[in-house]
Amino acid sequence: MKKMDYDVVVIGGGVVGCSIARELSRYDLHTCVIEREEDVCSGTSKANSAIVHAGFDAHPGSLKARFNVEGNQMMGDLAKELDFDFKQNGSLVLCFHEEDMPALKALYEKGVENGVKDLSIISGDEVRKMEPNTTDTVVAALYAPTGGIVCPFGLTIAMAENACDNGVEFRFLTAVESVEAVEGGYTVKTSKGEISSRYVVNAAGVYADEIHNMVSAKKLHITARKGDYCLLDKEAGSLVSHTIFQLPGKMGKGVLVTPTVHGNLLTGPTAVDVEDKEKTATSAEELADLMSKATIGVNNIPFRQVITSFAGLRAHEDGDDFVIGEVEDAEGFFDAAGIESPGLTSAPAIGVYIAKLVAEKAEAGEKADWNGTRKGIVRPELLSKEERAELIKKNPAYGTIICRCEDVSEGEIVDAITRTLGATSLDGIKRRVRQGMGRCQAGFCTPRTMEILAREKGMKMEEICKNAPGSELLTGER
Amino acid sequence: MTQHDIVIIGGGPAGLAAAAAARRAGVEDILILERDSCLGGILNQCIHNGFGLHTFKEELTGPEYASRYIKIVEEMQIPYKLNCMVIDINDKKEVTFINREDGLTTIQAKAIILAMGCRERPRGALNIPGYRPAGIYSAGTAQRLTNIEGYQVGKEVVILGSGDIGLIMARRMTLEGAKVKVVAELMPYSGGLKRNIVQCLNDYDIPLKLSHTVVDIQGKERVTGITLAEVDANRKPIPGTEEFYSCDTLLLSVGLLPENELTKGAGVSMNRVTSGPNVNDQLETSAEGIFACGNVLHVHDLVDYVSEEATLAGTNAAAYVQAGAEKKEGHVVPLFGENGVRYTVPQTLDTENMNDKITVRFRVADVYKDRYISVYYDGKRVAHRKKKVLAPGEMEQVIITKDSLKDCPDLEKIVICTEEE
Repeated sequence: MKKMDYDVVVIGGGVVGCSIARELSRYDLHTCVIEREEDVCSGTSKANSAIVHAGFDAHPGSLKARFNVEGNQMMGDLAKELDFDFKQNGSLVLCFHEEDMPALKALYEKGVENGVKDLSIISGDEVRKMEPNTTDTVVAALYAPTGGIVCPFGLTIAMAENACDNGVEFRFLTAVESVEAVEGGYTVKTSKGEISSRYVVNAAGVYADEIHNMVSAKKLHITARKGDYCLLDKEAGSLVSHTIFQLPGKMGKGVLVTPTVHGNLLTGPTAVDVEDKEKTATSAEELADLMSKATIGVNNIPFRQVITSFAGLRAHEDGDDFVIGEVEDAEGFFDAAGIESPGLTSAPAIGVYIAKLVAEKAEAGEKADWNGTRKGIVRPELLSKEERAELIKKNPAYGTIICRCEDVSEGEIVDAITRTLGATSLDGIKRRVRQGMGRCQAGFCTPRTMEILAREKGMKMEEICKNAPGSELLTGER
Repeated sequence: MTQHDIVIIGGGPAGLAAAAAARRAGVEDILILERDSCLGGILNQCIHNGFGLHTFKEELTGPEYASRYIKIVEEMQIPYKLNCMVIDINDKKEVTFINREDGLTTIQAKAIILAMGCRERPRGALNIPGYRPAGIYSAGTAQRLTNIEGYQVGKEVVILGSGDIGLIMARRMTLEGAKVKVVAELMPYSGGLKRNIVQCLNDYDIPLKLSHTVVDIQGKERVTGITLAEVDANRKPIPGTEEFYSCDTLLLSVGLLPENELTKGAGVSMNRVTSGPNVNDQLETSAEGIFACGNVLHVHDLVDYVSEEATLAGTNAAAYVQAGAEKKEGHVVPLFGENGVRYTVPQTLDTENMNDKITVRFRVADVYKDRYISVYYDGKRVAHRKKKVLAPGEMEQVIITKDSLKDCPDLEKIVICTEEE
């Protein structure tokens, strides 16, 4: 039998792929993540609600229910181990009509059955006491104190870095063209050549059906379900403190209004099935739709303070559940497919589950020297004045502020570029340190950040990209 | 904690003129804090001419205009710190800043002059639908990359918004070899100066489409094209009027916003229309001893007026420091803009302690032809001046004299308005 390049190839560097990679890194397995973009967290993982769902929404007995509740319970410890931003702010599902109360109670029952802790139904008045900006039309709500908010970039990047520090390789700008079963494993043909591996894990997001169908006769079908969002200025971030959902009813599924873990206000998503799995364009109709829906539950949303809008694609599988596990007719090929909401919440638990399956199959033991902790990028804004002054004394780069809106220093940007799996693009820097994510949307810091990236990577300014090649910011010298 | 008589935040045209005026008024201990690597602010990237006609009676480029004031500040040996970001000010007039040399430092000021300028409104604020590729720039960012860094930001360009920076950049990019296909403006009139429309668009045959906006942005990695549509009277796109333009760059010149995060941190009363602080006739904010001038107070059309306003702020801050605790408060009267006058700066004046002459600046809400600008003291019209054209892109002013107010001890309000006759 020919020697394989890897024991495991994980296709996709989103939150699910990175979680699986990090869990695989516990075992004595030679693992590689391949990602078509220039960085991890570049697809659905970068454009979603950033919610850690409590777990009352999924049907009891479904994989969604199981992994959601498990993922929710893991998130707090994981945030400490891997040093990313997570807050358990609790969530409310608003009910607007007395006749919808049975549906609210049913949601409560489902949550209890799924194992969600501390759920309760509270009155409209109690809701307004907790959240003074909710509307008078709220008659009751399901309160889930275990709901939370997370930085999806932070979560994904932290898991990827930790995986890499524990020996997992990452290959970027590497798109899968075909997967073929061969003796003792698989050959993955990519845009950058062939890779052979004993096992393959499919975490390819909206493309997971296509990857799966390359090896299995039991076909999957994933629809890209687009959701548009509006992100508001931090000045609007304290409008609500909990994540506010609307009970699905006559008006459709409704949209959420939530603070983000960094203090902005986020509202969305819409839900429109799109043919094109690359269609992350927002549309005027959907943005208008979400803004009008958001105001049903929450008053005084200052849409004048929208700083950006964006769209993400959910990977909706026809069976309406996650598809997780070894594929029946493709031994050694594991799916993590159809991972739509609550995918972000579920990712840590999916990672543990899949990695165990693969390790058992491979009869791999755990590494003795595995280190599950990772230190994030130092954030001077969170330090005391004295600590911050000390930091600047040690490294003056922390004394140069590059992004004034988010208060990001040169030191942080250099760290984002030079650390494990460092950023190679402006978007990569943005997702690591929030440079350009504030109210001026990179108007001020773009030239300055480009200079730092060019300097640190020895690149020409004209080579600097927003994300993948083709997204160069400049078209030439003057 | 180190103490200074006057700390000026921002070393652009406003901060420089304020510093010079404060020194002339006799204050020795002044410190300018500038976040960029040189003084002069945004003028450094405005390499076109047209600056200084009022102040110096000659036509200068932005860097030349800035250098005149930098020279004055250097000759007066007014201290300044560069690469220095102020991160907090408070109502006790403590200023906290960060730089490489001093680290994180808090200093105590007797008076503060806010001169932080403004920033550009980004794409997100307009909620323009479509993709989010590379090649979408606010006009000022593109201007910096072109004029300071020396790069070409695009080859085929569409510009949304006819603010002055957008107009200037239409010409600039044309001169750099790019094809500027069209400038679209949401409103039925331009937001920029008339002279810029003539010199930057008409002279280069660049079409200006009024009442048009961008309804779609194409391109996954880099912009490949945008769709324009005409808008109705409610500024909503009219279906069927869409027109596609292939391009690799979309420049946005869709408004400027005074940069007042620090101001808000000091708990100062803000004005919803200007997005700047409310000030009295001394250009002092609601926090005693904190003054404001230039684009942080309200967005100006000409830098000459910034310098003039900042000179007043500097002089007044000096007087405040020199007076110590002897500040007098007399009869304070609010000013209101009505019937097409969107706001006034200042928002109040003290009829007893004001200077002999106060310039009240404002902008109008729409394009008006052959209208009067009138001033009312409690319903009594005291000034009435006909203007051939009034436009939102140009700042207007009226002068109020102390003398004219001496017979009005019980005055309750001053109204500035436009009138058809």
